[in-house]
This record gives sequence, C-alpha cells and structure tokens, in this order.
Amino acid sequence: MTIKEIQDSIVEEFSMFDDWMDRYVMLIEMGKECPIIDPQYRNDNYLINGCQSRVWLHAELKDGKIYFTADSDAVITKGIINLLIKVFSGQTPADILAADMSFLDEIGLKEHLSPTRSNGLLSMVKQMMLYAEIMNK
Amino acid sequence: MNHFDVNDIRKQFPVLDQLVYGKPLVYFDNAATTQKPLCVIERERDYYLHENCNIHRGVHYLSQMATEAYENARKTVAQFVNARQPQEIVFTRGTTESLNLLATSLGQLLVNQGDKVVVSAMEHHSNMVPWQQMIQAKKGELLVIRMDKKGVLDLNHYEELLKQKPKIVSITHISNTLGTVNPVKEMVAMAHKYDIPVIIDGAQSMAHQVIDVQDLDCDFYVFSGHKMYAPMGIGGLYGKMEWLEKMPPYQFGGEMVDTVSFEKTTFNKVPFKFEAGTPNVGAALGLETAVKFIQSFDRQEVEAYEDELLRYAIEGLSSVEGMRFIGEAPKRNGLVSFVIDGIHPYDLGTIIDKMGVAVRTGHHCAEPVMTFFGIPGTVRASFAMYNTKEEIDIFVKAVEKAANMLR
Ligand SMILES: Cc1ncc(COP(=O)(O)O)c(C=O)c1O
Repeated sequence: MTIKEIQDSIVEEFSMFDDWMDRYVMLIEMGKECPIIDPQYRNDNYLINGCQSRVWLHAELKDGKIYFTADSDAVITKGIINLLIKVFSGQTPADILAADMSFLDEIGLKEHLSPTRSNGLLSMVKQMMLYAEIMNK
Repeated sequence: MNHFDVNDIRKQFPVLDQLVYGKPLVYFDNAATTQKPLCVIERERDYYLHENCNIHRGVHYLSQMATEAYENARKTVAQFVNARQPQEIVFTRGTTESLNLLATSLGQLLVNQGDKVVVSAMEHHSNMVPWQQMIQAKKGELLVIRMDKKGVLDLNHYEELLKQKPKIVSITHISNTLGTVNPVKEMVAMAHKYDIPVIIDGAQSMAHQVIDVQDLDCDFYVFSGHKMYAPMGIGGLYGKMEWLEKMPPYQFGGEMVDTVSFEKTTFNKVPFKFEAGTPNVGAALGLETAVKFIQSFDRQEVEAYEDELLRYAIEGLSSVEGMRFIGEAPKRNGLVSFVIDGIHPYDLGTIIDKMGVAVRTGHHCAEPVMTFFGIPGTVRASFAMYNTKEEIDIFVKAVEKAANMLR
C-alpha cells in the first residue's frame, strides 16, 4: 500500500469512533502491537528528545525501503509512534519525505502536533523524516 | 471575617466554571499556579484603567498615587508574613528570581572559593540550580540533606552537614513533589547555632499556612504571588534588614541608585537597592488584594478544610489497585503525588485530562527527587481552598477508569 492508502485506512478506522475514549483505547492497543526496537538500540543514541515519556526509534534500510522499530515507557506514546510506523515502515525514503501529514488532523491527533505538546509527536515525525533524509542519499 | 463557604468562594473564581472536552473542569494543578479571584483580577484591571503610572519618579498626581499604592502593597505583604518592617520585603518576579537574587547577592557577600552551601534532597530546581551554579563557579561544594523513602528529611544528616561549616542553608518549606512539610523552624534554629543564615522557599506554603517569619526566625523567606491567588509576574523575598543592608545589589539600573556619575554610583536604600528598573506595579497591587482575600477568612478554618480535602483524596486513591504514593511524610500539605504500578504517569495524565481533570504529570522540576524514587515522574494532584470533595470523587473515578484502560 502507498502511504496515502495507509493513511486513508487509518482515518477510516478512527472515524468509526466519535468518542475520544475509544480512540485512546485504539491508540493503547496500537501501543501494545508496536514493533519493538532491538534491546541493543534501546539507549540514549536512539532516544527522541522532546517527549515527556521516553521514546526510542530505530530505522533500517532494506532493499531501498525503511523499516522502523520503536519503544516507549508510556503506552499512549508507543501507540502514537506505532501509528507513524504503520504509515512509514516499508516505504522508500523519497516517499516518506514527500508524505503529507494532514491525516493526523483528521484522526483528531492534531492537538498533539503542537511543538509544546509534551508527548512530542512532532519530534517523532521529525526524527523519522531525518532518517529518511539520511537514507535517501 | 467571612465564613468559609466553598460554594461562595467558587463564585469568585469564574475560570473554574467551564467545560473542557465537554466535562466540568476539575482543576487540581494548584501547586503550579492557583486561579485568581475576581477581586484580584479587578484590582489589576483597575490599576490599568485608572492609576497606571511609573512610580517613585514623578512629581505628578498619578505617579504619587501609584507609588503610595505600591508601597502600601509592600506593607500589606510585610504584615502578612509578620516582617518587622515593610522595607524587609523586596518585590521580585517570584520565587525563582528571589532565589537567583540570593544566590548572587548573598553568595557574593558570604561565599568564598571552596565554600559550601546546603540544600535538601527535595528541592525544586529553582532552589538548587542557582546554588549549584554559584558554588561550581567558586569551586565549592553543594551539600544535600538526605531524605528517607517516605520523603522526610534526615535531621541527623543535616546536623552533620552543618558541622562542615556551610555558608548558607536553603530549604523548602513544603515540597512541591512530595507535599512534605519540613520542620523549618527547628532547622533554622539548628543552623543558627552555627551562625549560618537560612533561606526558606515558601512557594508552596504561602497560600496554605500562616507564615510568621519572626517566629520561624528565618533569615530569608521567598515566594511567588501566582501560587497564592495573585497575578503572575510578582512575588517577593523577605529578608532580615541586617542582611539586606549588607548585601550588594543584584541588578543595576534605574530606581536602585542614589547618585550616579560616570566615575561612581551610590545605591538607593533597602529595599529599592534590590528593585532595579520599573517593577510590576499592577501585579503588586493584585498581590496585595490576594493577601487581603486570604486574610478575609479564618485561616484555621481554611487550613482545616484543605487538610480534609487532602485526607479525603488520599483515602479515595488508596483503593485504586497498584497505588503507590510518592511522599508519605506524617506532615503533608496541599498535594498528593503518586504512581500506579505498570502505568506511566504520562498515560494516566493524558486520559484523565480527557475527563476534565487537570493534574500535573512528570518530574515537577525536581528531577533528583524522581531519580531518588527510581521513577520517571508522578501524577500530582494539588488543591486550593476552592476545591471540593465532589471534585475529588470525580478525580478518583477518573484515575480508576484510566488505570483500567491502561492495564
Ligand atoms: C517549591 C517551589 N520552589 C520554587 C518554585 C518556582 O516558582 P516560580 O516558577 O513561581 O518562580 C516552585 C514552583 O513550582 C516551587 O513549587
């Protein structure tokens, strides 16, 4: 699936809920399913700054595509990073760099996008983009 | 004296009466900042509507009126903490600025190369980092009073540290993460046996307890207006006159000078020596009104009510599975901090926020405290006189529900 197709399916999934509570239940579920980072990378070098909870993110290039793994000590944060992983993992660096992130508005996560927001969704997106940039060369 | 009726009081705080995410707001982040009563908001507004003027420098009517009002605010605050004279109150932006002033100015007066300063293991960063930085520049040592797992300071260890002849002791009255009420009067007396001056960080105590600086016999007492129903941007520092007179100025500029030439400047007298530049007059008047607001109640009655809220919250939370209180000192005030086994405080805070409950999660600007307890942070609920038991019921239910979602 393309990034856009995955985003659309996530938006569709989220739109089934009108209660915030169900959305969070979903994020928590996603947190539990996050592809977990290899313990050897669960260190400060892979830590994303700007989050109240700690988030580690690792990226690997295989056959021209990036595969992400991550972990966090907070499950909602882990859900959010897994959401991003679902969108970006298995895509080419160029496609990731070209991605439109407005789907986050549509699933009601926009409030988390503000740079002052302590869960640092923005920092996570930035870090993924940074990996894509490096691996694009 | 107003009889204490929480429903009447809530009417004075319009901000409390609102929905967040469609739920009634439960505001339990009072240790970060309290809400402001109408009388305080109106006082500051009035100042800008009718009285705004720069002070201490105009011969004209408005300036004289504003100067008088500002100096009256100083008197009110002085009387509130039972200072010997109004000049013992220096207005600052708040606790942080007061502590930086002291670390710089008192540091310059007392601390030489290789000297020591004592703080406690439960300090807010504001009462640690200024001392740490000052002492590092002088190649001295920061001594830290130990605490136990309940969040009680070890006074034997404190005595040991005092024997090392530190130049200054700076400790918090009430911990903003643990709620511990420290025996500051006793700790002042202990330091004075060694002729060491003591600074007390009163950021968390002024709104909740009667403060009598003469009774405590502390050398300095610092506080923030915004944590005691007053506007942001104003706070202060009480200091014994003999210290304030000896201390060098902190910042230089207008207002704090006496005579100025390019060769030499002489400084104004205390407290003006420490108030360089144009002060926040409007906020100072708001602070005065906040003090009068607090004084309009029977303080004992308010204290008993707040204690009851705390007791009720602790009791309610105790029934939540996996509850672990951080800070279990016998004497606690104003707040409760906790973690729940297997649940990150951030997750809990995020979920209960959606239920309209505003609490603080994280390290509360006291990272060493979190390190001590081996946790990433806590959930902290902190109370003010306008909070109610009904709100605590909502809060406890929200915590339970969130914990079930997250487990
Ligand atoms: C114990 C303590 N000290 C100092 C401060 C800093 O106060 P301010 O930010 O108003 O300067 C706080 C505020 O959280 C506090 O709780």
